[in-house]
Amino acid sequence: MSEKKIRVLVAKPGLDGHDRGAKVVARALRDAGMEVIYTGLHQTPEQVAEAALQEDVDVVGLSILSGAHLTLVPRVRELLQERGMGEVLLLAGGIIPEEDGAVLKEKGAADAIFTPGASLEGIVHYIREKIAVS
Amino acid sequence: MAEGKIQSGDSVAGKKFQQAEKEWRKQARPERERREPFETISGKKIKDLYTPHDTAELDYLRDLGFPGSYPFTRGVQPNMYRGRLWTMRQFSGFGDAADSNRRYRYLLEQGQTGLSVAFDMPTIMGYDSDHPRSAGEIGRCGVAVDSLEDMEVLFREIPLDQITTSMTINGPAAVLWCFYLANALNRGVALDRVGGTIQNDILKEYTAQKSWIFPPEPSMRLITDIFAFAAKEVPRWNTVSISGYHIREAGSTAVQELAFTLADGFAYVEAGIEAGLDVDDFAPRLSFFFNAHLDFFEEICKYRAARRIWARHMKERYGAKNPRSWMMRFHTQTAGCSLTAQEPENNIVRTALEALAAVLGGTQSLHTNSMDEVLALPTEKAVKIALRSQQVIAYESGVANTADPLAGSYFVEALTGEMEAEAEEYFRRIEALGGVLPAIERGFFQQEIADAAYSYQRAVEKGERIVVGVNRFHTDEPLNMELLKIDPVVEQKQVERLHRLKESRDNIAVAQSLERLTGAAAGSENLIPYIMEAARFYATEGEIVDALKEVFGEYREQPLF
Repeated sequence: MSEKKIRVLVAKPGLDGHDRGAKVVARALRDAGMEVIYTGLHQTPEQVAEAALQEDVDVVGLSILSGAHLTLVPRVRELLQERGMGEVLLLAGGIIPEEDGAVLKEKGAADAIFTPGASLEGIVHYIREKIAVS
Repeated sequence: MAEGKIQSGDSVAGKKFQQAEKEWRKQARPERERREPFETISGKKIKDLYTPHDTAELDYLRDLGFPGSYPFTRGVQPNMYRGRLWTMRQFSGFGDAADSNRRYRYLLEQGQTGLSVAFDMPTIMGYDSDHPRSAGEIGRCGVAVDSLEDMEVLFREIPLDQITTSMTINGPAAVLWCFYLANALNRGVALDRVGGTIQNDILKEYTAQKSWIFPPEPSMRLITDIFAFAAKEVPRWNTVSISGYHIREAGSTAVQELAFTLADGFAYVEAGIEAGLDVDDFAPRLSFFFNAHLDFFEEICKYRAARRIWARHMKERYGAKNPRSWMMRFHTQTAGCSLTAQEPENNIVRTALEALAAVLGGTQSLHTNSMDEVLALPTEKAVKIALRSQQVIAYESGVANTADPLAGSYFVEALTGEMEAEAEEYFRRIEALGGVLPAIERGFFQQEIADAAYSYQRAVEKGERIVVGVNRFHTDEPLNMELLKIDPVVEQKQVERLHRLKESRDNIAVAQSLERLTGAAAGSENLIPYIMEAARFYATEGEIVDALKEVFGEYREQPLF
């Protein structure tokens, strides 16, 4: 039985340039054996969804530290659905107040939110648990 | 023993000293030490004891000097804080210009002595509030400023000839600067009476903060245009705040922050000289901006080393003759990345320690972070505690009584010297890559910073690096803290204001001034008067940036991790 690698798109939608967290997470996921694609900075939601489709990923991780999460996360989810990628696991990380995180999860925009202090191991574990690898 | 050196009562080569040292060594048994790595937060090994051995090569006048004199290791003012305390300058901005103006006036009433403007992301990236890319970002992590009109509101009832203002703006720095200057002129304040700082440090944008607009070459031209204009018209303005802050926040070590920041500084000096300016015409207005992280002594030594390196290079390498060109003046901000979301009240203590290091390191101005900034923009209460922390240091702790109180400490002097040597090693590596710009193109700084960030995070995860309240001594109490919320109505109001402005201004004059600006950008004239003209006709930031983009294009990064 050959193991298929989990494919993850780490993306920086919006205008903020804080990429320390996104890069550290990208590297941790790669070290954990996943296939990681990093979009780079200042992506529009359309660019993120398009990259997710092109790269045929299982997981999209959005890193947002500008406060625009309530606009950007639902928009990316919507665009993924339009592309027939409604099943993609969508994670968001950054400075996202608990209240806003709850709203995003309730709406179904994000499957999970990782905020400051979240551990790399916790993120890896969460993804592995959610994605059935055959 | 040579005169001018730090001396012990007995010579380190003497018998008595050696005997005492041997005795101590026997008693300080390494096997009885705690199982800690004993290294700085940057991973630098620290010895169990520093003695006169470690400062044997130090020459007081050559390496330290008196405060206010070359090489300024002990500070840039002869009397340091006995003359004037550092400027307490809290970085702030949120919502629209009216919201931020209220916060500024509150801070000034609380005893703050200078202003520091945080702009929102669309402003930082050169987009107007009605641009599709601005959706959801307006007023979120700073104040939205689209035109001179917003700048007028932002500084309403604030005396521009008495208060100095620092603006954290880089890609479009020339544009926001012109808004500020145009506002001063319209209020009858002459430009030679206006003081402040624009960050305007594009090099660290490519390596760390990542808020760029134009490619490096035209960006450097805008910067040298600002040097030249300021030298003639706005002599009290700091034209660049060469910033290590963001390099450190992006994950670098202390030495990387020191080395990369100074390397950027040298690159600006070289650009100014290449543009035909005399180094002493612009170097006195270059200022710096450093991080204050948690490792107390490492930070203090970083500032002391920075001053010495800058002075030596400016005098010896670039031939500057004016002592003000040798002097490194800097602003400090406590480390945002050292704050924890868990038990955020602990951040008050972290910030106070960091602020103390900045003061002992001789900073000229200081921002102290608020405990809640890891969660949201700070509330008024949190900002007040942060400002009060500075006031306690200034007025209660006694540390401002004497200049550079830690000088002569074997440890402090040894670490200062080591950090200087390590920074020099980085300068050689950058030089070998062809200089700062080629090193940026090859991703050198970016990779060094990403590597350091990753190894720090791994150390925290493995518990090798202790973070109180996070991986040691923690509780699972739910967070109980009131956070600042930005009203979503701000976005709509801002866009409406912008549309009203576009209807009411002289649109023919705007269009013509923008055309002239594009024309000038294609040539080699100084662009500041053209930007100023467009600003005074109420051209928007986005329109001015677009007029420049026509000629300059946009920067694209090769993403790596």
